[in-house]
Amino acid sequence: MAKVVVVDREGVEHVLEGQAGWSVMEVIREAGLPIEAACGGCCACATCHVYVDEEHLAKLEEPQPDENMMLDEAFQVQDNSRLSCQLKFSDALDGIKVTLAPEF
Amino acid sequence: MSEDVIKTDMVIIGAGPVGLFAVFEAGLLGLKCHLVDNLDKIGGQCAELYPEKPIFDIPAIPRCTGQELVDGLMEQCKPFEPVFHLNQQAESIERLDDGSWRLVTSEGTVLEAPAIVVAAGAGSFVPRRIPLPGAETYENSSLFYAVRKMEQFRGKHILVAGGGDSALDWVLSLQPLAASMTLVHRRDDFRAAPDSVEKMRRLVAEGQMRLVIGQITALAGRDAQLESVDIKTAAGGQEEVDCDTLLAFYGLKMELGPIASWGLNLDRNLIEVETEAFETNVPGIFAIGDICTYPGKLKLILSGFHEAALMCQKAFKLCRPDEKLVFRYTTSSTDLQKKLGVI
Repeated sequence: MAKVVVVDREGVEHVLEGQAGWSVMEVIREAGLPIEAACGGCCACATCHVYVDEEHLAKLEEPQPDENMMLDEAFQVQDNSRLSCQLKFSDALDGIKVTLAPEF
Repeated sequence: MSEDVIKTDMVIIGAGPVGLFAVFEAGLLGLKCHLVDNLDKIGGQCAELYPEKPIFDIPAIPRCTGQELVDGLMEQCKPFEPVFHLNQQAESIERLDDGSWRLVTSEGTVLEAPAIVVAAGAGSFVPRRIPLPGAETYENSSLFYAVRKMEQFRGKHILVAGGGDSALDWVLSLQPLAASMTLVHRRDDFRAAPDSVEKMRRLVAEGQMRLVIGQITALAGRDAQLESVDIKTAAGGQEEVDCDTLLAFYGLKMELGPIASWGLNLDRNLIEVETEAFETNVPGIFAIGDICTYPGKLKLILSGFHEAALMCQKAFKLCRPDEKLVFRYTTSSTDLQKKLGVI
């Protein structure tokens, strides 16, 4: 099974089983990790903000304008910032490591 | 003071889709409703977060946008003349001797009713605050998340943060009053109306204000007075911007707010209810829609509609203890059709 590695805000790593076709946000939320995802995944807030490891960042599709616009409402945005609700998980992303951005 | 008290049957906290449908269900039973919402508009998340996004799971409406759903619900509940108290948060609640409730809002509106209905979704919308050390010490003296009186900013060295309509609108409105104006945004692309962006760019070109592309990393000042802000620029540099006023517009977030201290049983910021009338552990206070939780709860708008209908049956008994409720359909009841104003 393909894995998603999530680093929480205390720096603890959690290795989760990724479900192909789910968003990374859904994988994180199902595992009960603290991700707010207030809008439920329709790219209308910025509360599923994560930082993606360099290796997997390159494998992701570029963010749509919607996602970039919502990232404007996040704080501490970096070059590897993404909204995890917009990252569709697939086996090709096996081992993707995301760090939960600070709560805001 | 007592003449300012508004008496009604039901006070609904939250003017989102579920609150609006509760007005309709209550109206069919002859109950009047007042609604309190912290947003400046009706519709809750549907209107604030996704007015243009499509919804596909409302029964018999194969597709509508968030705003269309709100407009439809408003039209549906209009015959029952709901009264809205917007831009204010339900703050405190107190039980009166006759068993009914007195609710006071952040604007001092006083409402009394036998039934209080919390239909607050994921909580009330409040501005996102800057999560930097010391930010709260500047709040309301030199750091602001809203503009109430423009005059207080005359002659100030203002830094505005954000790229949406609020940020751009205030840049344009306050620039003529300010001693200096700087806008900081994380990228050179703005979600605000193109017309505002163009006006801002013209002011920058004329040297009347500055635009810095980057993100705020630190605030510096003394006591409650901000003196400068550190910005990490998109180009990779650091810049210190001198300013005595920071206006930050990072959108809104949702938080439970004062309701958390009303003595309601909570489970991870959701209000526990029973599933016959969606009443909380406190008699006379109900919770419906996304904010309530019970075994099997699904956060769907349609679940909220169902919860609203059942809640009203119990609320009726509180509001009209001496009357008997007869269950009728809008299809066949002339009484209900008269209430709806269709005959």
